[in-house]
Amino acid sequence: MAVLVIADRDGDTVRDTTHKTVTAALKLSGDVDVLVIGQGSKAAADAAAKIAGVRKVLLAESAGLGHQLAEAVEATVTGLAGGYDAILSPATTDGKNFMPRIAAKLDVAPISDIIEVVSNDTFVRPIYAGNALETIQSGDAKKVITVRPTSFDAAAEGGSASVETVAGADAGKAAFVSEEMVKSDRPELGAAKIVVSGGRALGSAEEFHAVMDPLADKLGAAVGASRAAVDAGYAPNDYQVGQTGKVVAPALYIAIGISGAIQHLAGMKDSKIIVAINKDADAPIFQVADYGIVGDYKVVVPELMAALG
Amino acid sequence: MKVLVPVKRVIDYNVKARVKADQTGVDLANVKMSMNPFDEIAVEEAVRMKEGKEHHAAGTVSEIVVVSIGVTQAQETIRTALAMGADRGLLIQSDADLEPLAVAKLLKAVVDEEKPDLVLLGKQSIDGDNNAVGQMLAALLDWPQATFAGKIVLADGKATVTREVDGGLQTLAASLPAVVSVDLRLNTPRYASLPNIMKAKKKEIAVKAVADYGVDTAPRLKVVKVTAPPQRSAGIKVADAAELVAKLKTAGVL
Ligand SMILES: Cc1cc2nc3c(=O)[nH]c(=O)nc-3n(C[C@H](O)[C@H](O)[C@H](O)COP(=O)(O)OP(=O)(O)OC[C@H]3O[C@@H](n4cnc5c(N)ncnc54)[C@H](O)[C@@H]3O)c2cc1C
Ligand SMILES: Nc1ncnc2c1ncn2[C@@H]1O[C@H](COP(=O)(O)O)[C@@H](O)[C@H]1O
Repeated sequence: MAVLVIADRDGDTVRDTTHKTVTAALKLSGDVDVLVIGQGSKAAADAAAKIAGVRKVLLAESAGLGHQLAEAVEATVTGLAGGYDAILSPATTDGKNFMPRIAAKLDVAPISDIIEVVSNDTFVRPIYAGNALETIQSGDAKKVITVRPTSFDAAAEGGSASVETVAGADAGKAAFVSEEMVKSDRPELGAAKIVVSGGRALGSAEEFHAVMDPLADKLGAAVGASRAAVDAGYAPNDYQVGQTGKVVAPALYIAIGISGAIQHLAGMKDSKIIVAINKDADAPIFQVADYGIVGDYKVVVPELMAALG
Repeated sequence: MKVLVPVKRVIDYNVKARVKADQTGVDLANVKMSMNPFDEIAVEEAVRMKEGKEHHAAGTVSEIVVVSIGVTQAQETIRTALAMGADRGLLIQSDADLEPLAVAKLLKAVVDEEKPDLVLLGKQSIDGDNNAVGQMLAALLDWPQATFAGKIVLADGKATVTREVDGGLQTLAASLPAVVSVDLRLNTPRYASLPNIMKAKKKEIAVKAVADYGVDTAPRLKVVKVTAPPQRSAGIKVADAAELVAKLKTAGVL
């Protein structure tokens, strides 16, 4: 059995979501190749070649692959699929975008967001906002799977795989127009050891930043938000933690002015330690919090800043 | 142009799903069911396109067809969409909970019949959390896709879609016909007014069977079991920030 992992490229390197997906892939088979797609991705391919356990790295470059548009990625990957029994990608927005498309072309039922590999055809995945876990066995000859990165440890560095060039498809019937990426020097939400998240209570974008940013800087944390805070424009869409946003599992998650709706809990309840600051003692967030402070964030957060020194 | 909006009947988003004791699935008996919230957003956007509201030019869309694949009661879901402003409905009756691949194949058959210029659907159903049908339908049709839409502009034979992606926003232009899946920030769906609910009762809902489409809907995945996730127990309330910091230091996370 051979497995192809589609890398999550980040400029000249690959994100640790790739390393985590390699760990999942290695539970399926010892023969794991990594595909790096994009334009000007040689350095990223060299980075992927250093992941321990990787057999070889395939590098597919073309102008059409520059922004990982689904049509071009699908055409590239289906061209390689003959050599593989399973194709895995991290469950990032890119992976979620192109993997079902690849699956349909291969006439395979995709398996989304696995959190455990039981055997090489059986997997566990959360359903109903994580309120149930489904163990499913695939009857398809080929498996197309997205992997929830927070559920797997990152494969170590230390490999020395070869890098081989493969054909990259041209753009399809959709064209890249522009992008507006949120710039930040803070750690990435999915990979951060500490996450501080703000909710509707923050009341405005100015207040959100005035409260959350200094706290995040002090803790070296990433900043997240509830859907309500994103919908109201206090924080960018990319900050949303939850069932339909990002899934995080840091060592420490601090929820500030967030009620703890099931959709929010779905994105953070695997955090090691959860702290909640909320003025309502009955807020559902306290049912999952290891440590709770009942109080107004306007009082509690400055005290916390002071206590952190 | 014509827009097709697939809508799914799912557990209401306010209800916490409970696993059945025999581990065969989630208990849906006597549970409130509603239209998948993302599909409400898709219906709302189609209606705004038809109404020429916001940035949508008047006359952009002339007909909205909604389709649901599911149990007989999914007609209520279709009726909701008709009350919001869709023109007619189609139920493909199925008592089996079909996998995204089967749903996509049925939707492809509907598209072949209806020939819409745009399929507008939810990015994810909140029961199965698959986030797959739109992308799969686009593949089967060989159409371009634009997933996780936060803004859609239809003009010049293209859908220019701003997508909510990791890291921020990405805009792409997909030539029509295309499949667009919608995200939370696209709009806030309306509540249907009483007169519109009454009017919707007169709108047509065609009912068909899965067998009418002659596509292979056999399951590919076997559900071995459905279990409850490990529960977190509530911890303790601390008096103040100083006590919190002390606890976090002891726990080794600071
Ligand atoms: C299809 C769908 C998908 C969704 N996906 C997500 C998702 O991915 N992520 C997500 O987060 N949500 C999601 N939601 C929304 C979710 O249901 C909740 O509406 C949302 O999480 C609420 O955000 P909140 O906790 O910030 O706001 P609220 O529920 O309004 O809570 C605000 C909290 O702040 C507290 N508060 C107010 N003032 C203060 C103060 N001064 N000091 C301290 N505390 C204060 C209040 O007591 C309250 O508990 C989704 C919903 C749907 C329908
Ligand atoms: N049974 C169904 N009937 C109609 N539309 C569906 C059905 N299942 C999924 N969809 C559509 O596909 C979208 C994505 O669903 P999923 O891939 O299952 O997460 C939903 O938001 C619906 O718009």
